[in-house]
Amino acid sequence: MDTKHITDQVDPKFFKEHQEKLYDALEDKHTTIEKMDDQDPLGTKMVLNMGPQHPATHGVLRLVLQLNGELIEKAKLDIGYLHRGVEKIAENKTYQEFMPYTDRMDYLSPYSNNVALCTAVEKIANVEVPERAHYIRMIGCELARISSHLLWLGTMVMDAGAVSFFIWTFREREKLYDIFDNIGGHRFTISHARIGGVANDLTDDAIAMIKDFVNDFPQELKDFHGLLDRNRIFFDRNREVGVLSPERALEIGATGPTLRASGYAYDIRDFEPYARYDEVDFEVPTRLEGDNLARYYVRMEEMHESIRIIRQCLDKLPKGPVRTDNAKQAYPSKDEVYYSMEGMIHDFMMTDTGICPPEGEESYHAVEGPKGELGYYIQSDGTGHPWRLKINSPSFKNLQALEDMLDGEMVADTVVIIGGVDPVMGEADK
Amino acid sequence: MDLELSEKLQNVVDGLSEQFSDSFIEVYQSSGDTFVQVKAGAIVEICSYLKDEQHFIYLTDLFGIDRFTSNDRFEIAYNLISLRDRERFFLKTRLPEENPEIASVSNIWKSASWMEREVYDMFGVTFTEHPDFRRIFMPEDFDYFPMRKEFPLLGIPGSIELPSTTPDTE
Repeated sequence: MDTKHITDQVDPKFFKEHQEKLYDALEDKHTTIEKMDDQDPLGTKMVLNMGPQHPATHGVLRLVLQLNGELIEKAKLDIGYLHRGVEKIAENKTYQEFMPYTDRMDYLSPYSNNVALCTAVEKIANVEVPERAHYIRMIGCELARISSHLLWLGTMVMDAGAVSFFIWTFREREKLYDIFDNIGGHRFTISHARIGGVANDLTDDAIAMIKDFVNDFPQELKDFHGLLDRNRIFFDRNREVGVLSPERALEIGATGPTLRASGYAYDIRDFEPYARYDEVDFEVPTRLEGDNLARYYVRMEEMHESIRIIRQCLDKLPKGPVRTDNAKQAYPSKDEVYYSMEGMIHDFMMTDTGICPPEGEESYHAVEGPKGELGYYIQSDGTGHPWRLKINSPSFKNLQALEDMLDGEMVADTVVIIGGVDPVMGEADK
Repeated sequence: MDLELSEKLQNVVDGLSEQFSDSFIEVYQSSGDTFVQVKAGAIVEICSYLKDEQHFIYLTDLFGIDRFTSNDRFEIAYNLISLRDRERFFLKTRLPEENPEIASVSNIWKSASWMEREVYDMFGVTFTEHPDFRRIFMPEDFDYFPMRKEFPLLGIPGSIELPSTTPDTE
C-alpha cells in the first residue's frame, strides 16, 4: 500500500515543512487511514485504524474498521498488546503468591478478582471460610462493583461528550479508595482476600466510612440519574446504538451487564451463589433493548442493588474470626507469627509451599465481577502451585461481542459503544 | 466412584452414552463439578446434540490443558451452561502430541471463535473449519506456543523482534 498517500493528497499552505513532517510522522503511527480503492476519488471506502492507544479505547485496544463513508462495514479487533501471560505465571507461583497478579487483571475492581481466586482455591482445597469473612468479602466485592461501574459511568459519559461528569464520578471513587485504604492498607491494588478468609478484620473506622458512603451515595446516584436520564444529547447518542439482540448476545458469549441488557438474567450471584449471596435480597436488573442505553440502566440499577447488599451485610455482619485457624490452609495472624515459634514456622510454610490441593483434582469456580462471569479453572497436581489455571475473563468475551456489535454502526458511535461494553484490557489480554 | 448427578445432568450423561456410545469415554466428578470425556472425532455432532437437544445454548469458556504426557497430550475443555435448567458441566476431549487437530465448534456457538483462537495461540492446537483462524495475543510471526509446558517461563531470547529504542519519527 502507498505509504505517502496522505502527503500526496494534502498540500499544506501554512508552516509547510512542519505540516509535512507531522504527516510523515502520522503515517508511521498506528492511527492511519488507508485508501482501499483507487477508483474511489472521494475516498469514501477506507480502513481506519483506531488505537491501540486512543484514549477512548480503555487501555490498549486496537480496532481496524472498514468504512464506507461513515458506516462501519466490518470491524476487526486486535488485542494482545497487554498480554503478560498471567496464566503461565500462575503455574509457577503458589496460590497465595498469585493473588497480587489478580489485582492487575481487572484493575478497576481488584477486590472481586481477589475473591474469585480465593473462592476457587477454597473450593478445590476444601477450605472452610468463617462466616464473618464471607460478609466482609461481599462488602468488598460490592464496593468494588460500585467503583468499577463509577469509572465506566464517568468514561462512558465522557465518550459521549461530557467531561465534568468524569470528575464527579471520580470524587465518589475517591471515597471508595479511602475505604479500601482503611480495609486493606492499599488504595488501588488491595490484595485483601486470603485463602481461607481475609487478611484483616474491618476496623471500626472502616465500618463507619462504609456506613457514611452507603448513606450518601444513593443521593449522588439520584443526581447522576437526574442529569443523564432526560439529557437529550446523552439519550440520543445511546438509544438504539450498538444493539445486541438477545439471541446474538447469548450466541456470541456476552456476559455481565452486556448480557443482562439483552434480556438474560444470568448473574453468578444468583445462578451459583457463592459467599453468602443466598442470604441477602437483591434483584438482577435486566433490560430487553440490548442497546447502549439499556446497558446504562442495568449498571445504574446494579449500583442501587450493591448498596442494598452492603446495607444487609452490615446488619448481618457476625462476630468471630476472619480467617480459618487451620495453619495448613491459611496464613496465621501476624500476632502469632511475631510471638510464637509455631506461628513463624507456619507462616514460612505457607509462603514457601502454600496450600496443596489434592492431586488430580480439578474444579471451576466463578464469581460475578463487575464485568460479568469471572471464573477460575484449577487443575492440581498435588503441589503448591497449580498445574493449570485458566482464567475465564468477562472482558475477553464482551470484546468478542463488541466486534459483532460494531458491524453496521456509524463510525462516530464507536467510542460510545466501546464505553458501553466497558472492557478492561488488563483482563481481556491476561 | 459414586456420582452425585442432578436429574438434568444424569439425563445428559445418559443421552450422550446412548447416542454416542462409540465416542463416550467416561464421566467423573471432581470438587463438585461434572466432567464428561469424549473422543475428539465426534466433537461437532456431540456439541450440536448438546445445544439442540439438551439446551446447553451458552458456551462460557473453552480452554486447553497441556498434560505433558506422551499419549493424548492436549486436552480441550468446553464449559457449558444451560440457563433454562441452571446447570453447568464440562465436556472434555484429548488430542495427540503430534499435529493436534480438532474440528471447530464456532458454527455451533459463535462465542467459540475467539476462545479457539486463544487455544491455538497458547497451545498450537489447530481447529479445522474455523472461519477466522489467526493468533490472538501473540503476533502472527511468533513461532512458539507459550502455554506449553516446555516453553520457559522467562521466554526464549530473540524469539520476538522488539521495536528499536529510538522513536521512528526521528
